[in-house]
This record gives sequence, C-alpha cells and structure tokens, in this order.
Amino acid sequence: MALYSDKVMDHFRNPRNVGVIEDADGVGEVGNAKCGDIMKMYLKIDNDIITDVKFETFGCGSAIASSSMATELIKGKPVSEAMALTNKAVAEALDGLPDYKMHCSVLAEEAIRNALEDYERKKGAEGSPQVYTHVECECEGKE
Amino acid sequence: MIYADNAATTRMSDAALNTLIELSKENYGNASSLYSLGQRSKEILEKAREDVAKVINAQPREILFTSGGSEADNQAIRSAAEIGKAKGKKHIISSAFEHHAVLHTISKLEKEGFEVTLLPVHEDGLVRPEELSAAIREDTALVTIMYANNEIGTIQPIRELGAICRERGVLFHTDAVQAIGHISVDVERDNIDMLSASAHKFHGPKGSGFLYFRKGIRLTNLIEGGAQERGKRAGTENVPGIAAMATALTEAAATLAERAKVTQEKRDRLIKGLLQIPHSALNGDAVKRLPSNVNFCFEGIEGESLLLLLDDRGIAASSGSACTSGSLDPSHVLLAIGRVHDVAHGSLRLSIGDDITDEEVDYIVKNVREVVEYLRGFSPIWRDLMAGRKQFIL
Repeated sequence: MALYSDKVMDHFRNPRNVGVIEDADGVGEVGNAKCGDIMKMYLKIDNDIITDVKFETFGCGSAIASSSMATELIKGKPVSEAMALTNKAVAEALDGLPDYKMHCSVLAEEAIRNALEDYERKKGAEGSPQVYTHVECECEGKE
Repeated sequence: MIYADNAATTRMSDAALNTLIELSKENYGNASSLYSLGQRSKEILEKAREDVAKVINAQPREILFTSGGSEADNQAIRSAAEIGKAKGKKHIISSAFEHHAVLHTISKLEKEGFEVTLLPVHEDGLVRPEELSAAIREDTALVTIMYANNEIGTIQPIRELGAICRERGVLFHTDAVQAIGHISVDVERDNIDMLSASAHKFHGPKGSGFLYFRKGIRLTNLIEGGAQERGKRAGTENVPGIAAMATALTEAAATLAERAKVTQEKRDRLIKGLLQIPHSALNGDAVKRLPSNVNFCFEGIEGESLLLLLDDRGIAASSGSACTSGSLDPSHVLLAIGRVHDVAHGSLRLSIGDDITDEEVDYIVKNVREVVEYLRGFSPIWRDLMAGRKQFIL
C-alpha cells in the first residue's frame, strides 16, 4: 500500500487555492517551524460567505494536501459552516490519512478557525489593524 | 529512475545474486547435517567466513554471522557490557549521532545500571579524539563509535580513537555498516576490537551481516538454541545469504579504490551544484565523508514534500525530517551537529551509486533546485524570511 491515498497525492501535487490574499478579511496561522509544519489561511468574506480562500503551507505532503482540501471544503460556504469544519471531515475528504499524520488535518481545521476568529474580531472593531493570533501546535516545547 | 538512496540499501550485485540463487537451489543442505549435501553447506559457510575475514584483515574465527548490522551492534554492546560488569566496570562511551541500534541498546543498559557518556560530534560531524581521552574512566567498559555516519556520511578518526582505547585498556566497538565495502577498513590498522557490518549496504542480500570480535572476547548470546556459530548465535545458518554476502564483499573490496575515486568526483559535482541553491548548506565535513554521501539542508521547506516531488521526477532519496520518521522531531544526527529544528526538517540525503553519470548528477541538481523553489513559493516561513520578518539561519 502506498503511503498516501490518491486523493492526498492529487491535492499534494496540484494544491488548490495556493497563495496570498493581500486584503484578506481574516488571516490565521498555526503550527511552528520547530515541529515542521506551518499553515497560513487567508479569507475573503462577503455577506458572511467565504468568497475566496488562499493558503500557504510549510510542511509534509499531508500538510499541504490537508490545507488544499480544507480550502476547497469552505470556499463559497457561509462562515457558520466553515466554523463547523472538523479535522475528521478534512481527512475523510482526502480518503483518509495515516494515523501519525492526522495531526495535519487538525492543523487545517485550526488554521481556518483561527482565520475566522480573526475575521470576527476585525468585524467587531472596524478599522483596527490586521492582527491574528498565532496558534502553537501540540509539540511546542517538546525537545 | 535515479536511485540515490544507497545508504538505505543497495541493489544486489549480479555475482551476489547468482550465489544466492544457485545455493538456494542446489546447496540447500543444513550445515549441521553429516551427509555430503550438508557438509558442502558447511564448507561454503567456512569459505565465506575466510573471505569476509580477509577483507577486514581478521582471522576467520573472529567472524560471527548475524542477520545484519542491528543484531551485530546489539550483540557487541551486550557482550562488552557483560565483560565489564564482571570486572565492576559499568560505564559506556558513545557518540550523540550513532545509529539507533547502538543508542537504544545503550539506553537500555542505562536502565540496567550502566552510566553512559555521549561524546559531542561538533558542527563538522566528527568526534574529537581528545574528548574521548578525557571521557574514559577507570570503570569504562566500552567505547562504541560508528565508522561513518549513516545520514551525513562523515568518517570518524577511527584509528586514533581505537589507539586511545587500546592504550587505556578499553574495548572498542565500531558500527561500520556504512563504511564496509566503500572505504578501506582494517581491524588491525584501525585498532578495532569489535565491528558490525551489514551485507545489503554493499550490494549483498538483506538479512545477512557479521560481527567481528577480536580473539579472546567472550560473546554473550542474543539467541539461545543450537550450537551454530560456535554456540554464540543459535539458528540454522543462512548459508546462501552468507555466501552471497562474501561474494559481494570480495567484489566490493577488489574495486574499492577505483569506485571511491569515481563516486567521489560525482559527489563533489553534486555538492557544488546544490550549493548554488540560495540558503542551503552541506551537512558534515566536505572532505572527511563517504564517497557516496551528500546531505543538505534547505531553509524554508520541509523534507518529506521535497522527497515526494523528487520521486515524481524519478529521483529516490531520503530526508531527516520529522515527517519521514513518524515522530515530531527531525533527525537526531542533524540536531547533534547543531542544526536547529527549523532547518533540520528541510534536509535531503542523496547517497549515490558508483554508476551515476554526470548527466544524472546534473538532472538531480536541476530538479532539486526546481522543487525547492516551488515549495518555497508557498511556504509561509520563506515569505517571512524574504520579507525580513525572520532571520535566515543558512
């Protein structure tokens, strides 16, 4: 059996929605370089609908595929639906991930939630500069 | 496909494969049986022992056949620990970047009451003889330092380390799995008491290896049972595998110097090419390294995705990234030479074969460059580095 499903390899080889949105309404970043994966999500939201989403990822094949799949799952969806996205849904849409790679789908879920929280925060404080919280991954602090 | 993972394993040589097939078909007798088919196996086994011993300048009775390098490492260290324990010596010295077959065995002994000192390996990937000298104590039972590192290929000053151990009366073991068949190894010249080797690293079969143990060293069994290997390793001998190993080793020894020269030229061409990629660095000393080994770190990318994309382009290589090991930490070898986590995740090991062409080397350089650039193109770390929000490490 191959390491990854065909779906994972497809999203890894041809990642969807790669890039940056300069005037994003919400930005989320999770993970850290120490653990070997960082995901950054950029959202464009209009009338509570996610009209555009882009990502940048430093990480392994499944981290890149999870980011890509997560962006596909929320694009065009209402904020409430995107907020409810789970890592399980990401992994299932990819036809599964190896156990020790489930972490990557968790990062994708957290990156999107993080970006949505940034959006909500900015909506609540119109005109304030762009800020986003940086969520550390679970391995932080372990040597 | 360009196979550049010879440090992981090698393709069997035609001669070794012929030996393996022929003996499996024709000489399947048990070497312990008294009829001629069995006795023929016994003869083949002892001839293989002579051939292997000759290559490393040892005596045949100093060679124990094992299932490979890990078993040989385990048995060497366990044996030295038992010998030491009987004399009240319970201190072991090793290095921070040994193979896990060594590190896990000594950490197990640590739990059993041994004390362990791990020598640093410095930025160049080399152990300092003077640091070994300073670490040896009255109760040191064993020094075990690898001949050449499996990830970064650095060749340790084994002769000097061995001489220090000899002078201080301490047993010296070396895991020579990456060295045997690729660079000259001589147990007399190098002052080695015990040495581990594995056939599949020098174009022999998997599941076959050996332990050299200097005359007079009493081995402790890992496997109890029959009286094979003079009672030190039970189980029916893998005669075809052992004979194929001897074939491969004899072949490798005969062509060693000439192969090393050619491979080294290709290695240096590869290193030169990869150094052109911005914010990259060679891991380990550029000169004191195996002729086949190239190991790089590329800032801003992760190793597994690099490997997968190189595989798509027909290049088989490996990485010390956490994601390729199934753990959260990157290679202990890269951490031991002082690479921080951030860049250790972006490592690439290319261990080339002696038949690689200049065109293939250039193809590797071109494709590594393209894939690194592509991955950096959507790496948030790279964006931060380029924007000056983060400092370059390499």
